Amino acid sequence: MKPVDFDYVKPTTLAAAVDLLAQGNGSVKAVAGAQSLGPMLNLRLVQPELLVDVTAIPELLGTREEAERIVIGAGVTHARLEDGDTSERTQAVLAQIASGIAYRAVRNRGTIGGSLAHADPAADWLVCTTALGAELLLVGTAGQRTVSAAEFVVGGFETMLAPDELIVEVRVPRLSAGSRWGYYKLCRKRGEFADASAAVLVDDARGFYRCVIGATSGRPIVLDDSRPLSELAGAAAVAEALSPTALAGDAFAIQVHAAAVRRAVRAATA
Amino acid sequence: MFGVGARVRRKEDDRLLRGRGRFVADIALVGMRELAFVRSPVAHARILSFDIPEQVRRQVFTWQDLEPAGVRPIRAASGLPGFKVSEQPPLAADKVRFAGEPIAVTVAATRAEAEDIASQVIAEFDELPPNVDMLAAAAPGAPCVHEHWSDNIFLETRVGQSFEKDVAAAPVRISRSIRTQRQCIVPLEGKGLVAHWDRQAEQLVLYTATQMPHIVRSGLSECLGLPLEAIRVIAPDVGGGFGWKGLLQPEEVVAAWLCLHLGCPLRWMEDRREHLVAAANAREHHYEITAYADADGRLLGVDADAWVDAGAYSIYPFSACLEAAQVGSILPGPYDFPHYRCRTFSVCTNKPPIVPFRGVARANVCFAMEQIIDAIAAAVGREAWEVRLLNLVPPEKMPFDNITGKHFDSGDYPESLRRAVAGIDLASVRRRQLQGEPDGRLVGVGFATYCEQGAHGTAVYHGWGIPMVPGYEQVQARITADGGLELRAGIQSHGQGMETSFAQVAHEVLGIPLERIRLVHGDTGLTPYSTGTWGSRSMVMAGGAVATACRRLADRLRRIAAHLLQARLEDVTLSGGMLQSGQADITIAEIARTWYLAPQLLPADVDPGGLEITAGYKPKSDHGTFSYATHAAVVAVDAEVGLVEILDYLVVEDAGTMVNPAIVEGQIFGGVAQGIGTALYECSPYDDAGQPMASTLMDYLLPGFTEVPAIRIEHMETPSPYTEFGVKGLGEGGVIAPSAVLCNAINDALKARGAVVTDQPVTPARILAALRNARAEPPP
Ligand SMILES: Cc1cc2nc3c(=O)[nH]c(=O)nc-3n(C[C@H](O)[C@H](O)[C@H](O)COP(=O)(O)OP(=O)(O)OC[C@H]3O[C@@H](n4cnc5c(N)ncnc54)[C@H](O)[C@@H]3O)c2cc1C
Repeated sequence: MKPVDFDYVKPTTLAAAVDLLAQGNGSVKAVAGAQSLGPMLNLRLVQPELLVDVTAIPELLGTREEAERIVIGAGVTHARLEDGDTSERTQAVLAQIASGIAYRAVRNRGTIGGSLAHADPAADWLVCTTALGAELLLVGTAGQRTVSAAEFVVGGFETMLAPDELIVEVRVPRLSAGSRWGYYKLCRKRGEFADASAAVLVDDARGFYRCVIGATSGRPIVLDDSRPLSELAGAAAVAEALSPTALAGDAFAIQVHAAAVRRAVRAATA
Repeated sequence: MFGVGARVRRKEDDRLLRGRGRFVADIALVGMRELAFVRSPVAHARILSFDIPEQVRRQVFTWQDLEPAGVRPIRAASGLPGFKVSEQPPLAADKVRFAGEPIAVTVAATRAEAEDIASQVIAEFDELPPNVDMLAAAAPGAPCVHEHWSDNIFLETRVGQSFEKDVAAAPVRISRSIRTQRQCIVPLEGKGLVAHWDRQAEQLVLYTATQMPHIVRSGLSECLGLPLEAIRVIAPDVGGGFGWKGLLQPEEVVAAWLCLHLGCPLRWMEDRREHLVAAANAREHHYEITAYADADGRLLGVDADAWVDAGAYSIYPFSACLEAAQVGSILPGPYDFPHYRCRTFSVCTNKPPIVPFRGVARANVCFAMEQIIDAIAAAVGREAWEVRLLNLVPPEKMPFDNITGKHFDSGDYPESLRRAVAGIDLASVRRRQLQGEPDGRLVGVGFATYCEQGAHGTAVYHGWGIPMVPGYEQVQARITADGGLELRAGIQSHGQGMETSFAQVAHEVLGIPLERIRLVHGDTGLTPYSTGTWGSRSMVMAGGAVATACRRLADRLRRIAAHLLQARLEDVTLSGGMLQSGQADITIAEIARTWYLAPQLLPADVDPGGLEITAGYKPKSDHGTFSYATHAAVVAVDAEVGLVEILDYLVVEDAGTMVNPAIVEGQIFGGVAQGIGTALYECSPYDDAGQPMASTLMDYLLPGFTEVPAIRIEHMETPSPYTEFGVKGLGEGGVIAPSAVLCNAINDALKARGAVVTDQPVTPARILAALRNARAEPPP
């Protein structure tokens, strides 16, 4: 369980980082908190020639408040979000999500950008940023683009990131004061990845409703928002939503995902 | 205040808790190189060839290198009639028999480089059908793991006669199929070793994370053909063993030979993945049980077939059959009933060899038997504890020889149950169940009672005929010239706090302060022979030897004191480290100084053995001590998602006289935590190709501190009539009952919905499946 021999650099500008990524032809990997990449290196599931540490790039490290949204640098750790200013509604929700990820030692190093780029179907940020309607700013050698969290993830452990691209920012629309958030994940033990999860946002003031199922075998599933939440929470609707995934027909998976949706809806509507 | 019974802090914790211990991984020798093992990627295959790139050829070794040099396979036969012998070459010879089996070893300056080389070693296999499930492997026609055998059964044992006609009229007949899962042992510190040749001592020195250095030494001697005096095995600080460090390991043989061959120190540290794959080696049993009872729930007979998945090879020294054979003798548990028949099968499969894990076989039979008791209770419409009470061996029958000839030494089993029922407040749980929970969860309560044979000696082990039979346990005790005490014992303390508890025993006899008593253990060069630390034996056996040695030292001290104090021997007393006669007194330190530095003052007839003694000890009966306990738990089951929360956990235990209650409690806490793992989390499943499915800690779930509740312990203290101070072995007890208790509690919670779970671990998926089945077929 030792990684292959690789080089390591820690650039201090975004341009230098994407240049290095572009040169590698796939044998260069970005690294942030190494909480997902580290085990993969040790298991030799990833055998890079070069690691580009992105945690010294200023654009990735800050959090700022804008009128319509909260902008989080991709290199911000779960722990910093957990410790954020909870008097502000959006940040309070982010803090609540962050506090449920793994345990503090992992949160101290793991980052929101790393979590999204890794795209483990069971990851908290994946399902939550999708439910919050967040956007990601991606920067590569060819320039920058903005994509929604929902479309960013293509499948299990698969995203639309090009080899030379980095996630730079995660932009979360500000929640209105009266918005309701519900998030439930089923973990066999605390700090473990979820067996099922669901996130629900009801933001009447902005006319935004979303219910997302996570911890499937693929990308988070956004349920049809034209249907009432009570209907989405039914086992039949969940079974239908899971039918295109590898979990189709899995009685246990359908049952616990349906329970997760029910509980997230309950939390968001109670 | 510091002797037997005192709740003193552990001496060793100062170094261990500050990270100042010395474990194998802390040992670095000049010129030391690192090993990596190439492990079989397939479960069952003939090895056709190796493809090793030329540039690394000299850093790779296979059986083709070891065998011509005279290395012999590991062989652990049992003398039980019918036992089939397996031979395990420490690197696979012509055939691999489980995924993870070492097939080659690589040497390099660093582990990473050794792994680089390992990844270039390619073996070509001719794959054979694997034996993955023990029942299929035991069936006629299954492909043989060892081709010269006639089937895949290491050993079949039979206890008792069939008794159908005696119970034909029994009003209650319960049949159950019960499975317990394959587990890894997962000590905090994995296996590890450093091997080197000590040129001055002309000895092979093996530092290894082991529970039994003397046995490893014997095994190495057999495999390497070296005389014992040319081998020294040292267990430094060891971070937990639980059985995984109670055997001779192939890696030890390979590293020892290779260090002699290469002439340089070598190190191998097992990593977590190696552990989870190559050491998925414990607890996998299958039971088919039928129990008969009368209308009150009194047991009339138990009829069982039990299979143990023993894996591919017989391990040294315990062999492949110890676990199943023990099942036959301990399945009746703490109960008294008239009819019993049990057949057991140690089945050879294409999985890692089974290793006796803490509470070996005991945790499994408790799980099986205690489910049966609950099922009988349900059938006769009584509380499960009432049925237990009806069947437990009562105190007035102690000592008691049970149906398989186990000699229960002492205790009040029913009282532990009554106290558990009161302590868990059964009545209030029943009320709570009637009211229902505000959050909709289902609450349940469960009990399990067991008795645990520990510290079994010659009388038990000679019958197994395995490469190790414990005899007299020896301890050497030496008073130093300044009045300190050195104890040397061949056991090994790897978390049990023996540096403290043995000092307490010595203090009890000699009165020397604890801080002046030192235990040297785990080093074959410095300690008397011992089979090591296993089977809850060290406190009873080596602790007894400490007391014996110290008493004999006390006698010698008194004789010298009588002379120096000019008193009659019978008037000299020893207490508090002081020898007294009337007004005159002298300290142990003064006597020691006299022996070592002023021998001219000694009496003419002084014992020339001086202040140093090696004493051997065996209890009056070495059939083993029997600790016992009742565990009780209250759980809340979330029937929507299958999660279980442990609301309360109570242990009412009796392990005889406690040398140090804090250490006793520590053993129980740790054991219960492991038992919770067995009950709810841990499992090493295999796919149809014999591939282990849990190869990282993401898949192999262990309970963390958030999953282990505050455990309440109540002590009872019935001394054993046979041992020093009346102590009993207790190191394994905590782990025996939790899976039974939690399963029973979960079933009590699910009862309202007509659902029953019977297999471990009780996962959310199993709970929800049981609920779905119950809905599909409503109970009669
Ligand atoms: C024991 C444990 C438990 C865990 N439990 C949970 C849990 O309950 N829920 C959960 O959601 N997560 C969990 N995680 C994962 C954790 O949240 C990781 O921190 C996270 O998934 C990855 O973030 P990182 O910063 O460590 O990324 P790294 O491991 O450094 O990188 C992960 C991947 O992202 C890429 N990457 C990193 N940063 C960027 C970037 N800015 N742009 C583009 N690509 C980038 C890397 O190249 C790599 O492919 C757990 C991890 C551990 C070790």
